[in-house]
Amino acid sequence: MSHILDLTQEERQAQIVAGAERFAEEQIGPRAREFDEAGVLADDLIQDMAARGYLTANLPTEYGGLGLDPVYYGLFQQAIGKADCATRTLITVHSALCGESLLRWGNEEQKELWLPRMAKGESLAAFALSEPNVGTDAKSVETCYRKVGDTYVLNGNKKWISFGDKADLFVVIAGNDQGQVSAFLVERDFPGVTTRPLKGMLAGRATHIAMIEFDNVEVPVANLVGKEGGGFKYVVSTALDHGRYSIAWAGVSIAQEAVDHMVSYARQRKQFGKRLAEFQLIKGLIADATTETHAARALCLKAGEMRKNKAQDAVMETTMAKYFASKVAMKVATDCVQVHGGNGCISDYPAERLFREAKMLEIIEGTSQIQQEIISGYALRKYSKACKR
Amino acid sequence: MELNQKIRSFIESQLVVFEDEAKFEDDDNIFEMGFVNSLFAMQLLEYIESEFSVTVDNDDLDIKNFSTVNNISALVNRKVG
Ligand SMILES: Cc1cc2nc3c(=O)[nH]c(=O)nc-3n(C[C@H](O)[C@H](O)[C@H](O)COP(=O)(O)OP(=O)(O)OC[C@H]3O[C@@H](n4cnc5c(N)ncnc54)[C@H](O)[C@@H]3O)c2cc1C
Repeated sequence: MSHILDLTQEERQAQIVAGAERFAEEQIGPRAREFDEAGVLADDLIQDMAARGYLTANLPTEYGGLGLDPVYYGLFQQAIGKADCATRTLITVHSALCGESLLRWGNEEQKELWLPRMAKGESLAAFALSEPNVGTDAKSVETCYRKVGDTYVLNGNKKWISFGDKADLFVVIAGNDQGQVSAFLVERDFPGVTTRPLKGMLAGRATHIAMIEFDNVEVPVANLVGKEGGGFKYVVSTALDHGRYSIAWAGVSIAQEAVDHMVSYARQRKQFGKRLAEFQLIKGLIADATTETHAARALCLKAGEMRKNKAQDAVMETTMAKYFASKVAMKVATDCVQVHGGNGCISDYPAERLFREAKMLEIIEGTSQIQQEIISGYALRKYSKACKR
Repeated sequence: MELNQKIRSFIESQLVVFEDEAKFEDDDNIFEMGFVNSLFAMQLLEYIESEFSVTVDNDDLDIKNFSTVNNISALVNRKVG
């Protein structure tokens, strides 16, 4: 009998992803509608995922993670995201945004304290960057801090924080009066922290999105992440880079799920005495959706390989993957609604939920416009014949 | 000198402005000149770590260490040496 220790790294990771695919299909997918309608991601699911190591599948095993490399971590997120966007959002903020930035920039004490807790689900982490007045121009955060003795005192408001109403640990980005932006670990229990859920969301309804208010919150100096002044250039950049990689896969997962539903519906629904799948115009939608989904996945896999090999342009490939896959998700989900006709517009079918969730991907972790800015800047230099001396 | 040139080529490959606007000396602050996008600091760090097989830790993260070609060279020399 083969033992798990006898497996190669590849086999071990492939097994984990196969297990996650089964788990997602059996345990998460059937509850996606319930989560969306109740506006709650169930605690029992979160704990079940923690027990399987799924909450921090990307982190090293020494911290309780599963040690998946970027490619397998991408495939893992695809499996979870295909079943339910809200559950995948938890993985994105908890393990990609917060986990990776702590792993990269946290000191040993911070890592040893928080990462194992995050792996076990004893602490859920959220990433608090955006504010009522500050979104795309993220380095202009208005939440402020000042050093008073051995503490930093934080004041301000964060908005749109996924899992903000549920997390007990926040990575908070704030600035001081010298123009430095820094990152802090803030615990929900610190006096002066209050969260308020945001209702009426188009999507992410089960992601416990919240406003967070910091009213003279005293944060110990030990909770500074990285160096003072390195909050934007390092912590936020790292977090968003990992976040974008995660959202790229979220796009593939929504697109693939939409293709699955589009195809299944077109094969079964009849009009004019024929199945929808027999009409050429419907076949055209299916062909395009399938091709675009495969193309988005190929780009994500390429970005994953480059991340794994620490290739110089991995960040750019990731940006392109995020931009492209979220666009594909939106288009394919729109066509999925179209193929469903009226049934695409009611929550009896998953098409409308996929459509709503897809739109969000074009906004979070940097809007499509800002990805275009970054990608065009890269292309204008890289592909100019004049520059290729 | 060769080190400066290597670093300079990397920076040039990442600039977001047209080359005729992108004149900078080895002592110019590339961040203040607005030549780079928000991902640059992280890319620079990854470049330094992989190209010169060094680990940049939290204590080196002072942005001054990365702001000019000369400062980056000095950091690399310190780390390699
Ligand atoms: C469901 C959801 C979950 C979220 N979760 C989190 C979270 O967990 N943590 C967190 O910190 N934030 C989170 N956010 C916030 C999200 O990151 C921001 O909404 C996003 O960065 C855009 O910022 P904004 O909404 O302020 O839009 P704005 O920045 O005001 O942009 C509005 C429009 O202007 C465009 N625009 C802005 N600047 C430029 C430019 N220079 N060139 C061209 N066009 C431009 C944008 O592309 C967009 O179309 C979440 C948002 C949503 C909707």
